[in-house]
Amino acid sequence: MTSIIPKKPDILKPSRRKLLKATAGFAVGTGLMGRYVQVQAADPIRVGFQVHRTGIGASYGKWYERTTTAAASLINEMGGINGRPLEIIAEDDGTDPGRGAEVVEKFATQHKCDVGFGTLFSHVVMGSAPRAGELKLPYYVVSEGHHVASGGLNRYTFQPGITDVKSQVISLAPWIAKNVGKKVTMIYPDFAFGHDHRDYFSAAIKAQGGEVNALIPIPPTESSFTKYFPQIPADTEVIYHVMVGPAVLTFVKELGEHFGSTHPALFGFIDSLEAVDFKSPGLEFLEGSYLWEAYPRFAGATPSAHDTFYRSKVGVDANGASTSDPADISTFSHMFGCWETLFVIKKAMEASGYTGAADKAKLIEATEAMTDLAEGNEHPQGNKVFNGKIHQSFGHQNITQVKNGVGEVVYRTTIEEGLYEPEADYTKMAL
Amino acid sequence: MSFLPHLLLAVLEGTVAAAVLALSALGLSLVFGVMRVVNVAHGEFFMLGAMLAWWTAKTVGGGPLIGFLAALVVAPAVVGAIAFVTERLLLRRIGYDPEATIVATIGLLFVLQQLALTVFGAEAKPVAAPFTYRIALPWFGYSGYKLFVVAVSLLLLLGVWWVLARSKAGLIMRVTQFDRETATAFGIPVNTVYSAVFVAGAALVAIAAVLIVPIQQAHYLMGGDPLLMSFIVVIIGGLGSIRGSVVAALIIGMADGIISVFFTPTLASIIATLSVALVLVWRPQGLFGNVAR
Amino acid sequence: MSVAAKSLVFHGAVFVLLFLAQFIVSDYAALSLTRIMVLAVYAVGYNLMFGYAGLLSLGHAMFFAAGLYTAALGVTRGGWGVPVSFAAAIIVGAVFSALIGAVALRARGVAFMIVTLMFSQAAYLAVLYFGAYTRGDEGIVVKDDLRKFAFAGLDMDLTSPVLRYNLALVLLMLAVSLVFWIVRSPVGRVLAAIRENEMRTAMLGYDVMRYKLAAVVVSGTLSAASGAAFALMFGYAGASFASIQYSIHPLLWTLLGGSATVLGPVLGTAMMTLLTDLASSYTDANLLAVGVALILTVLFFPKGVLGTLRQKWLGWLP
Repeated sequence: MTSIIPKKPDILKPSRRKLLKATAGFAVGTGLMGRYVQVQAADPIRVGFQVHRTGIGASYGKWYERTTTAAASLINEMGGINGRPLEIIAEDDGTDPGRGAEVVEKFATQHKCDVGFGTLFSHVVMGSAPRAGELKLPYYVVSEGHHVASGGLNRYTFQPGITDVKSQVISLAPWIAKNVGKKVTMIYPDFAFGHDHRDYFSAAIKAQGGEVNALIPIPPTESSFTKYFPQIPADTEVIYHVMVGPAVLTFVKELGEHFGSTHPALFGFIDSLEAVDFKSPGLEFLEGSYLWEAYPRFAGATPSAHDTFYRSKVGVDANGASTSDPADISTFSHMFGCWETLFVIKKAMEASGYTGAADKAKLIEATEAMTDLAEGNEHPQGNKVFNGKIHQSFGHQNITQVKNGVGEVVYRTTIEEGLYEPEADYTKMAL
Repeated sequence: MSFLPHLLLAVLEGTVAAAVLALSALGLSLVFGVMRVVNVAHGEFFMLGAMLAWWTAKTVGGGPLIGFLAALVVAPAVVGAIAFVTERLLLRRIGYDPEATIVATIGLLFVLQQLALTVFGAEAKPVAAPFTYRIALPWFGYSGYKLFVVAVSLLLLLGVWWVLARSKAGLIMRVTQFDRETATAFGIPVNTVYSAVFVAGAALVAIAAVLIVPIQQAHYLMGGDPLLMSFIVVIIGGLGSIRGSVVAALIIGMADGIISVFFTPTLASIIATLSVALVLVWRPQGLFGNVAR
Repeated sequence: MSVAAKSLVFHGAVFVLLFLAQFIVSDYAALSLTRIMVLAVYAVGYNLMFGYAGLLSLGHAMFFAAGLYTAALGVTRGGWGVPVSFAAAIIVGAVFSALIGAVALRARGVAFMIVTLMFSQAAYLAVLYFGAYTRGDEGIVVKDDLRKFAFAGLDMDLTSPVLRYNLALVLLMLAVSLVFWIVRSPVGRVLAAIRENEMRTAMLGYDVMRYKLAAVVVSGTLSAASGAAFALMFGYAGASFASIQYSIHPLLWTLLGGSATVLGPVLGTAMMTLLTDLASSYTDANLLAVGVALILTVLFFPKGVLGTLRQKWLGWLP
């Protein structure tokens, strides 16, 4: 953004307009009441989109919304689902689990949505999922948390569009042990997401003959990190960092100031660097370091046809930035999950011959029956294996090295490297 | 790292944390001290200062130093103007009623957050320091800019202390702080004083933000910490006492730094928070405050 | 009608209306009202301390969270069932608020505000520190089958919206009646006297500390009850509910509706919930809408809605 004036003067513009855009070509009526008015024979399929427009998830939310809008438009251009247009009903949850639960209730009872969709932050998923289960609203999250696969939620909650953190971490360990180092110091946020990293990675690196020589859990209230760096042992070969929140910029900068030019190798997770330019001041220290990415931000020299297709539809260039503003970096490594999840919903609705709320049970079973999701325009990140018992997808992970401020994929894991024994079976629960 | 260098690092970090705290609290100390109203949007003034530092540096161009200097002018001017409007149109109308002020400034907090989100975006924004100098010690490196922040905050604190304690403007403020009615009786235009104090407090916190943002980053939700920490500093120091604020900032910063040497990070934070709270339990009027009238 | 009768009739009417509302309003409105009533218990509890005793706490989230986690952990890890977990949450809330109150009440005014804030921050960090039990920010889901129980020979299922609505209503009625009774009793008058002039009250021979501690304990226990009901009814407990925002919430709700009015906090909770809900239905910039609405409200109702109404017209309102 180059101007202090907002690109669109949309401060008080009803989100209704945005919804209409998603239903391209299908006049559903105008005005605020239009949403509740049933018009035309082709009553739309309503997807309640729980979006982090405000709160800590807002930088992700903006791109989740753009991706979702693009995918919905495409689905409508293709003729909708079972001959019916798709309508996205987006509502802000403030990245708050309390408000998130209310939004799910609203989708189910007021907007009469067919499904709920698109939640990213784990605590919002956890706060909302019980309500979705009770109200029997099929709820497709795009969160990468291990909550769905752990069996802790319910029959109505799915994560078909993005791999969970346990699988990500397990699949990376062999490559790290072989190519970066075996003595690993982990720096992670001291809450559930960080603890998942700690537990699953520690076990996985041990299985590769490596070891975690120090654990440095950081409280989320922290804004400065230097005082913790002395806890990094001198024999550390790899610093494994996974931070969330804006403070990651401080974190990387302070690591650079602390270590200077001689330092252990760095392996980090893109989560905190999403929407941040690698070339930002202070991030020079990332040069040469490795990052996990689900979907590489930089298209590289030989992008696949569907990668190019996906980027052009969403409005993202080969560097992962908005085509209208190169300084507007996307949350590329996560937002594809919205796109792919919408296509999973489409596929499941078509497979079950979904016609309306009465077919919700059939929709659940059709989703559970899925196994292989083929790479293509609908799944541009790559093929995936879906496990219906734990309602979770497993895909490829990428290890990217930062070279001259640009990410370059150095390894792509196989799906098998990320598989683990299922911990639950949702299909045995009542519908 | 062996124990003594570790301790040295903790002390350095504690000093920087103390400087950051004292600097952010300076504006609040003035406003809360003189006007006795809780401005919940104080942290958002800090956030706006940081955002404007980022925006100015980007718009002006010509390298970090020029951007930094320009921001030192732009940020306090814009934030001060917003504060002026707030004081005139909002706080004065509700007569500085303590309860109504809380609701009104929570409202203002939402408005400012939304404007920052809509205008500047939700992403974290790094701001380059006006200069980068890494001090290479035998055991670790340290940011020269952080030490610069410590030095500048000392100067600013001394400056504000001088104005309050030695100048005529300071005298007027102190009289107004002591008793509004007496001040009016002496012919002091209390409304103008309030206006000036509110604007000065906002401008000071914006300057603090410009100084601090290169060691953090600008983000539209960053206002919470400066708000809470400033309150803690001001109240532990004792209302209206700049000397108290500095001592309180040192205690909190050092507690945070040094306790982190001995415990795991989250436990260290818990212990530091509780021990600072106990300072107040032990001395409810604050370190340098007078017993409440 | 006498003042007392007027206010009794008024409060009775409000609860009759709330009871009848469930047969009239839409499904979504009923769900919203359920949540508002549960959270209003929190605000009503907050108001006893803040509005009537003049103790501004910025740390009430720790009491809410104490109830929330005791109930959630009691059901999931303890296997105690719903009634016992709820009772345990109330006991924990009472003991915890007595302990915190005994220490924090050594501080007065703004110092009390900061001490409660910092204790609450420590409690929030403790929730994260004991992540092995609490799952930190991600939190705990209380599954549906754990929310079924038998009580007084009846099978209860907390996933039933009807049961939930009426339980929330009963809880709110109990909380409002308790506060109503306290503020009408001699104790309430002493609390108000402390608010207006603590030193004079002490000189009249009242043990000020004991009265203030009692206010903290009742207030903290009501907050914990609200938290426990929230966890059991909506099936989730997470660290966000222990964070500073959830300490600010009841303060804002109380001020908005009118502090030191019995129903003000209830109205404030409803207003804020509906405001957020409406704003996020109609605009992307919902924070702006909420912020502007708060500012306008305060300009026209500086003492909160009920507080200003009472000041101007309804002098009898308790």
